[in-house]
This record gives sequence, structure tokens and C-alpha cells, in this order.
Amino acid sequence: MTATPIDKALPLGKSGLSHSAIFWIGFCVVMAVLIVAPFVLPIFWAKFLTECLIWGLLAMSSDLLIGYTGMVSFGHSAFFGLGMYGAAGALLHTHPPNLWLAILAGLAAAAAIALFVAYFSTRLRDIYFAITTLIFSQIFYVIIFTWTSVTGGENGLIFSRPHFTIPFIVDARFTTTTMHWFVLTVVAGSYLILRRITQSPFGMVLQSIRENEARTRAIGYPVQTYKIVAVMLSGLFAGLAGVLYGVQNEFAAPDFVYFITSGDTVIFNVIGGIGTLVGPILGAGFFQLLRELFSRLFGEEFPYLIPLGVVFIAMIIFLPQGLLGFARRWLNK
Amino acid sequence: MHTLAAVFQDIPVDLILIQTVNGIVAGMILALVASGLTLIFGIMDVVNFAHGELFMLGAYIGVVVIAATGSFWLAFVVSSLTVAILGAALQIITLRPLIGRDPLTTILATFGLSLVLQNFALWEFGPTARKVGEPINASFQLFYLTYPWYRVVIAGLSAVIIGGFWLFLKYSKYGVWIRATTQDRVMAQAMGIPVPWVYTGVFAIGAGMAAASGMLFSPLVGVNHTMGLDWVLKAFIVVVIGGMGNLGGSIVAAIFISLLESYASIWVSPSQAVIVSFVVLILTLLFRPTGLFATPK
Amino acid sequence: MSAVEKMAEAQALVSVEGLHTYYGKSHILDGVSLTVAPGEVVGLLGRNGVGKSTTLKTIMGLVEARAGRVLFDGAIITGLPAHRIARMGIAYVPEDRRIFRGLSVIENLRTGFDRAGVDETKRRALLDKAFSYFPRLAERRGQAGGTLSGGEQQMLAIARAMMLEPKIILLDEPTEGLMPRMVSQIGEIVAALHNEGVAILIVEQNVPLTLASCQRVYFMEKGAIRHHGAAAELHVHHPAIKQYLGV
Repeated sequence: MTATPIDKALPLGKSGLSHSAIFWIGFCVVMAVLIVAPFVLPIFWAKFLTECLIWGLLAMSSDLLIGYTGMVSFGHSAFFGLGMYGAAGALLHTHPPNLWLAILAGLAAAAAIALFVAYFSTRLRDIYFAITTLIFSQIFYVIIFTWTSVTGGENGLIFSRPHFTIPFIVDARFTTTTMHWFVLTVVAGSYLILRRITQSPFGMVLQSIRENEARTRAIGYPVQTYKIVAVMLSGLFAGLAGVLYGVQNEFAAPDFVYFITSGDTVIFNVIGGIGTLVGPILGAGFFQLLRELFSRLFGEEFPYLIPLGVVFIAMIIFLPQGLLGFARRWLNK
Repeated sequence: MHTLAAVFQDIPVDLILIQTVNGIVAGMILALVASGLTLIFGIMDVVNFAHGELFMLGAYIGVVVIAATGSFWLAFVVSSLTVAILGAALQIITLRPLIGRDPLTTILATFGLSLVLQNFALWEFGPTARKVGEPINASFQLFYLTYPWYRVVIAGLSAVIIGGFWLFLKYSKYGVWIRATTQDRVMAQAMGIPVPWVYTGVFAIGAGMAAASGMLFSPLVGVNHTMGLDWVLKAFIVVVIGGMGNLGGSIVAAIFISLLESYASIWVSPSQAVIVSFVVLILTLLFRPTGLFATPK
Repeated sequence: MSAVEKMAEAQALVSVEGLHTYYGKSHILDGVSLTVAPGEVVGLLGRNGVGKSTTLKTIMGLVEARAGRVLFDGAIITGLPAHRIARMGIAYVPEDRRIFRGLSVIENLRTGFDRAGVDETKRRALLDKAFSYFPRLAERRGQAGGTLSGGEQQMLAIARAMMLEPKIILLDEPTEGLMPRMVSQIGEIVAALHNEGVAILIVEQNVPLTLASCQRVYFMEKGAIRHHGAAAELHVHHPAIKQYLGV
């Protein structure tokens, strides 16, 4: 008898397919649909889809903390915003504006801020952690809002979208479709990377911290170090989402750094299902869709956040695992 | 050394004293808001993200009642009571089902509430700020400035409310109920104290305090649907600095922070003066994460 | 069930029938049944961890019963919140006393006597009664509960329960950790309460005290009642004692 890892290799169910196979088939199907989408949808909806993916990435980054490590963070607006501004800075100060430099700059800014925030807030548990991340994201909001000379203050920064360049091979402008594909690649790639991380030994420790922090520490793991790394990873991907958003929309504004964005992110997570990675993406999409629907049915002025807020509260009380929560075990195998 | 001396020489002492008064006034309002917040956290373990919205609603209800009756003080009483009752209702509907669950769910739930309340206010009253007239127009001479009496009244009234609550907590039967529940929820129940209702009562009191602050503060700034956001943030900072659940600590911290900010605004703009509170927060987190003024429980 | 047993049950103040409780997946109470008649002192003996405390807590409504029921004065109280059960006339003195540490002695007592239907005179009377039972508490009336010694805290816990004027007091290991002198004091207090007509269900590991104070004794093992007898027929060397309490 060979010792094969049971979950992944042994056939399950009547279809005779392993869990791995089902996952990859599902993944490919979803990717195929998303790749084809811009050809089928009108421009508005294609752009809408792209934006949903970006918010999804942001939500996914936050899921690493909320769903896997058990730390609710309200600081993601800072990471997202810094990614955006970092990219903006790179795009405004280099000629010609370089996409890759923008991404690097955005990631660096987000990582730096994440380290700073992580250092202070990971000392505290639970609620205190949540509050301090909130306060920190507000600190950055105030700094960005008032440091007009560097950040453009209230008005933010406007810049033009860089070309997609691979040195010596390609130099092309982004169209709605190619932008969509680029975002899709980044988001899908991030998902796979994050999935790999959560299934790695590192990810297992994070989940152990979520289950029982004291016990994890007692076993000998340097819990705070793990937490700091988790926050930084989370911040990196959030920053990446910020870069994408900036590149997609060609502006950076302080509004995104306001803690409400963090709050929205948490909402996506809860609606979609924490601890699933995909759930938050769905939650983001669901939220944006509802918002669009409400404004179409009832007009721009309709306070869509009232019914949405009520739905959110109801979900916390009655359906705390979120839409995809039931699939959590399966998705994490 | 020279520049430092020069800086201090340029500032007239009276400006510092005026800012002290301003700082105390702002501090007392902040103390009232923060007290409600820390009370709710200390007794119910609930981080009330919607606290700023209760503050805002207090101000808006005041606007409505003043428009109907013309009396500021009547509006004050009505708005505090209404928001207290609203707070009780909200607690029963959204927070009671969550008792015993992960405390983070209450953060999320109150966050959801804040969204709903804020947008409700936006929808009902529109985005333009409303103006509320000061109920007392008299002022007195404070050095070269004509200082409005109303501000002093605010500080005094806040102190009275906080003091009154402290007496209630210490001597009345329900105060004993609240303190017993805080110390041992299970035994409080075994003694016949209806703990779920104690929680509702505490939330109502906290909400009422927030509304009272909102109402008192409204003549100083415009009443607008986002006014709660800034205050709730400041209140949270104060509560963390003062020690979560520590009533005395929050009050001292509130005054401390407001004084620092008032002094800071001598040199920088008010929107930058808030950096002061951030710095104090960071220092507190670094050196005394349980709170600067925390007394061992 | 015979007619006599039925009648006994009908007259019972507290009747526990087939209680099952769980802690996660652990099956703690596995069909516990017992009765306490009005004014009766009943003992519940057994080793550590067999479920004695859980039984008391379930009667008090502090632990949820998965199956079975508890009747008080003929009414079903399973599922009711603890504060309602307390007001109906059941008082609880837990194993670790759990007096309110930050409240003074008087304030601790006040949580019991300051309730609806009790006027000022009655309140005074109750407070005086507590102090006459426990003079040591009178000396420390203004002190915070947390500053009292172990024995004093036990006195306070019992006095606090008495303030509810209950029909039955659930006592969980009252003599644990107390000096011999205090142990006999507990015995006297139980006797005094019995004289007033208050029923007592006492969980104990101290056999002589239990046999001296109780009319009937139940023996518990692994979450269920295994033996039951009149205290008069039991003695320290009775085989049941060795079986259910021996090491």
C-alpha cells in the first residue's frame, strides 16, 4: 500500500474525479467566462465587471486577515489608498509613465504602511486591533487630505493610464478589453497565490492562531511575527488592488482612504463568506450589483446603503457564514 | 534655543488661556460622547460603531423639534429621550441576538447600523448642513475676546450629566444592578437581575448621552449627516487612550486630548491639530497599551 | 410509578426528571432525576466531575438542558432564563462563592433584598436578619466583597441568597476550603434555614456534615443518580459511601 495523500488523489464520488480536478475544472470554467465577458457585455458592464474584480481583490486580501487569521481589520482603506497614490506618484514622475514601476511603487508604499500599522496594532487582540487599524487608516486619510502639495489634497491626483509594455516586445495602449484581461490575470494570479499561502504551513499556523491563539503561542510559535507577516501580505494585495484601481480609472482620491472603504471591504467579506477567498470576491460583486440595481430602479438619489445595510446586519445575525460559507471546508482543501 | 524662546515670546499668555477654556469646553463634550462609548464597552463588551450616528441623530431631532416649537431646551430633552428609546430598540433587535457570540460580530453589526442611520439621515434631511441657533446669546469678556456664555454652559451641563450618571451608578438600585452585571453576569442573573434588560438600559443611556452631546454641540457647527464620523473617531481614540471600559480614564483623556489639540491649533490649522491625538495614541499603544489613565480593575 | 411515589412527586418542591446536558460533545448529565420536598434538606454526594454542580446549574437555568425537565412547585422551569427562576424562589450559592467583588457587603446583599414587592421596612428586616445570622458581615458591611476572607465570602454568598427569600437554596460545596470551625458553622446555618422551612439541596464531599444535615441523600456517578436513601439509614462506613465517594 502506498501512502498517497488521501484527499487529493483518491477519487471521490461517482464522477471519479478528485477534489483537485473538480477545483481546477471549476476554476477554468469561471476564467473562461470572465475572459469572454468583455466581448459579450456592453462597455459599461465590462468596465463594471473589471471594477468588481478589483474590489474583489481588495476583499480577498482582507479575508486573509479576517477569515484565516481571525483578525478583523479596518485598515485596508489605507493600504488600498497608498497603493493607489504610490502608483500615481510613479506615473506622474516618470516619463514615459511605466506600468511596472507604478505597480512596484504602489506595492512598496502599501507594504511600508502595512508594516507600520502592523507593528503597533498586532500587540493588541481582537476588538482593540480592529479599532486601532481603523484609527490608523483615518490617520493616513488626514495626512493625505491635508498634505495638499504632495497628494493633491481633497482633489486627489489625476494621471494618464500607462501603456502595457514588455521591453522590446510590446508597447500598447490599454483598451477596455485588454485592461479587463490584465486585471483578470492579476486578480486570478493573486487568488492562486493566496490560495497557495493559505494551504501552506504558514497558512496553517495562521488558522491555528484564529482557532486558539493562546495554544498556538504555547506550542512555541512566535505569534506576533506571524501576525505582522499576515498584515503585510494582506496589505500588499490590498495595495495591488489600489494600483489596479488607479490605473483603471486614472485618478487617486483621498475618499478611498477614508475608513468607509475599509468598512465596505469588511461587508464584502461577511456577505460573501469569510475564510473562503472566493467568497469575498463574490460579496464584492454582489454588493456592487445591488448598488447598481437600486440606482437604476429607484434613481441615483436612492440611499441604496439603507437596504444594503439592513441586509448586512441581517446576514450577521442569521447567516454569519455568508453566501459561500457553506462551501468553506471544500474550498480550503 | 533662541527660536524656541522667540516662539514662546510671540504667543500672548491670554491666547493660551483662551485655548485652555476652549479645550475644556470641547473636552467636556468629547467626555460625554466617550463616556457613553466606554460605558457600553465596559459593561456589554460591545464596540458601538454607531455611536457617532446617535450623536448626529440627536442633533437632527433637535433641529426638527426646534423648528416645531422654537425651544432649544425642550428639543434637548426630547432628542435625548427619543434617541435613548431608539437605542434601546436597536439593541433589542440587532444586538441581543448576538449576545454570547464572537465580540467581533457586534463591531460588524454596529458598523452596519451606522451605515443605515447615516444614510437615512442623508435621505431624510439632505446633504446641506442645518444651522441651529445658540440658546444663550450672552457673552462675557475673556481677555480681549468676547467669549460666549453658551460654551461654558455646555461644559457645565456635560459635567452635570456625567456626574449625575456617576451618582446613579453608585447609589441607585439600577446602578447596583449595572455594576453587579459588569462584575459577574452569571451571578447577577442568579440573583434575579434581568441581565438582558440591563444591557438594553445601558445601551439606551449611552445613546442618550451621545444624543445630548450632539444636541449641545449643534449650535457650534452645522448639523450634517457626516458629523458623527469625526466625533466617533475622536471618541474611540479617547477611549483607547483612557483605557477601554474605564469611565474616569475616558473623561480625563478627553479633556487632555482636547486641551492638547486646542494648544496645537495656535500654531497649525485645526484639521492638522488632530495629528496630536494620533501621536498620543501611538505613544499610548507603544508604552501603555491598556490606557494612560487605566486604573487596575 | 406507585401511587405513593406519584403523590410524593406531586408534592415535590423541585422535581428533576431525566435531565441530559452536554458540553460540546461531552455528555455531562445522563438522565438525572431527583426530588426535593418543601422544607426538606437533601444531599447530593459524589466524586469530583460526576456532574453534581452541573445539576444545580441546570436547575438554576444557567446551563441548558438538551433533554428532560425541571419542575418547580408544579410548573416547568426548564428553558426559563435564570433571572426568572431566581425570582420564582430558587437561590443559588455557587461552588466558588462568586460574590460581587467590587460591591460592598451591603451592596451584595442589596442585589437580593432590593426588589419589587419589598418595601423599605421589609428591606431593613432582611438586612438585619442577614447580620444576625452572620455578625462578622455586619462588622464589614461597608467593605468591598473582594477584601473579605474565604470564609466570610462564603457567609456573604449564603446571606445574599437568603435575601431573595427563596423556597429552596442550592448550595454547591459550601464547606470547600473552610476551616473546621467554619464547617460546623455551615452546619448550624443549614439547620437554622431548615427550621425556617427553607428547602436545601446541598452538593458536598464532606460526608459527616451531609449525613448530619440532610433527611435524604442521593449518590451520583458518571452523570446519573446511582443510589438514594434516607440519611438516617446511612452512616460513614456504609458501602455506598465507599463506592461512590471512595478513592
